[in-house]
Amino acid sequence: MIRLIPRAQPSKAMIFLSPLLALTLTAVTAFFIFAFILTDIKVSSVFYTLFVEPLIDTYYISELLVKAAPLIMIALGLSIGFRAGVWNIGAEGQYVIGGITGGAVGLYFYNVEGFWLIPLMSLAAILGGMFYAGIAAFLKNKYQVNEILVTLMLTYVAVLFLSAMLQGPMRNPSGFNFPESRPFHDGALLPIIWQGTRLNVGLIIAVILSFVTWLGIKKHLSGLQIKITGSAPRAAKFAGFDDKKTIWFALLISGGVAGLAGLFEVIGPAGQITPGLPQFYGFTAIIVAFMSRLHPIAIIFSALLIALTYIGGENVQIYFNLPSSITNIFQGMLLFYFLACDVLIQYKIVFIKTIRQKL
Amino acid sequence: MNEGLIIAIIIGISIAAVPLIFAAIGELLVERSGVLNLGVEGMMIVGALAGFVVEFHTGSSFLAVLAALLAGMAIASIFAFLTQILLTNHVATGLALTLFGLGIAAFVGRSYTEENIELISALHIPVLSDLPVIGPLLFSYNPLVYLAFVMVFLVWWFLFKTKQGLILRAIGDNHDAAHAIGHNVVRYRVLAILFGGAMAGIGGAFLSLVQVPIWGEDMTAGRGWIALALVVFSSWQPFKVILGALIFGGITILQLHAQGFDVRISAQYLSMLPYIATIVILVSLRMRDKNKTNRTMPNCLGRIFHSTS
Repeated sequence: MIRLIPRAQPSKAMIFLSPLLALTLTAVTAFFIFAFILTDIKVSSVFYTLFVEPLIDTYYISELLVKAAPLIMIALGLSIGFRAGVWNIGAEGQYVIGGITGGAVGLYFYNVEGFWLIPLMSLAAILGGMFYAGIAAFLKNKYQVNEILVTLMLTYVAVLFLSAMLQGPMRNPSGFNFPESRPFHDGALLPIIWQGTRLNVGLIIAVILSFVTWLGIKKHLSGLQIKITGSAPRAAKFAGFDDKKTIWFALLISGGVAGLAGLFEVIGPAGQITPGLPQFYGFTAIIVAFMSRLHPIAIIFSALLIALTYIGGENVQIYFNLPSSITNIFQGMLLFYFLACDVLIQYKIVFIKTIRQKL
Repeated sequence: MNEGLIIAIIIGISIAAVPLIFAAIGELLVERSGVLNLGVEGMMIVGALAGFVVEFHTGSSFLAVLAALLAGMAIASIFAFLTQILLTNHVATGLALTLFGLGIAAFVGRSYTEENIELISALHIPVLSDLPVIGPLLFSYNPLVYLAFVMVFLVWWFLFKTKQGLILRAIGDNHDAAHAIGHNVVRYRVLAILFGGAMAGIGGAFLSLVQVPIWGEDMTAGRGWIALALVVFSSWQPFKVILGALIFGGITILQLHAQGFDVRISAQYLSMLPYIATIVILVSLRMRDKNKTNRTMPNCLGRIFHSTS
């Protein structure tokens, strides 16, 4: 029988050890799952392709950073909401809407160039994402409708809307009827920061945002307010914090950042709006946020780790003809183990012999 | 519209409602015990896969449904262990379960994407099924459809007519008090979670064994999430789950028929209907009666229980 005994103080050692333990357990479990399912392929070579190769090849490193940028941005926004107990689960939808609204501005000016273009597109993307998440905030405040369900349902709507746009008004007029937008001209694309790769300034912006959020939470009262509303809503009320404002704030911020991330995908690696815009980043960012225990700087590291599962997953798909859903299995497992191991920070685990109690 | 078409529409609505009923009635019991499991979508897709695979290899529908039930329970047991023994956050763990389930189903299902199975056929009850109108409307479904309605009744009976049901509700409303008078909170919750997994598994299998004869990894298409919304819609009252599921079934069928009738709206906008309707219904519920749902919501929903003694 396992029993959890609360520690008097959170274990400092476990704060750092538990992620390592979680990683090890994930790797071991994955090894056994693969050994069981893949009878005709050497598991060790799959592991090499998944975890080692992306870290030693410069092209893969650049791709890893490309993938990490949107994850960092979205996870940052979500972590603010999660701290406040506001569950925005539909960042994927806000990301898609941001890509559409920001991209729409770019398509409107498809033959105009100017230094103002990307900022204007970014503004449109942020507003689009804010509007979309704002629906959930409005319904939560006005009618107490659960924001988890609203944001999720709106994600399905957003993906269908994208498809309708690409078959209708946004379709490239000279694109042979493919459901894709015009490619953006160079002036509307994010500047590349590593020549010869697809890595753009999005990563720099994401990292800057992490530090800004960190300082904001550390210094500013709204950081305290958000933390308290999440962990003790009643106490927050007595202290005079307005939980309606917190709900608006949390959803608008996370929606705006997710919208911007959507635009950065469109004018970054994609270069045009395609049906492939939704890449599950919005959902994966939830894992990133939780793995980092909602800490803005730790988010950078967990985003890199999750990006590794994306790149590795794509590679085993190419080399071994395995489905890319391996990535989802890994991500689900990682989060399971991270959550489970974090229990060691607050509790000691002791094994005791069960004594049959008479009831 | 002729009579045949109307009957076909009503049958279609019922068939579309059944997977939602299964998944939602399971989750309803789980939430009544104070646990919020957001992994319904993941448990459904795993059930759908298990049912499909077993049906494909054995040809036995009974074994297929059984496999789906066990698969749903197996994956739910991960959630039970993490949230009840290791005290992890319900929301995060449920999301991980959905991602994990979708991943596992797509991974294992990759070798079945080209395969076909024979769908479970409808019952033919002598005399009753041959009655005009009533026959096709009431007595011509496959056994799972009837099972769904029976399960709703059983859950209602368990929750409101048995001692264990009363204890389960008490745990959902105040786990500390229930623990103090000697009830095993964790055991009740684990069993409730496993039941929820079994129901979601069967609901998923209904999709792969009754509705679509081929395997697709996006088969559930958000139905697990709609089932979660249905539980809120029902105000945690079992029989209202049926009403909600029929409304959603109706919207799904309406949208399919509208596409068939060449309504001049893009298919995408019609496909949005079930999702938008979910939101509209949740909102209208609150507009009608602002406090009612709050009163019936289990007080300890989603809260972590740790006994100090």
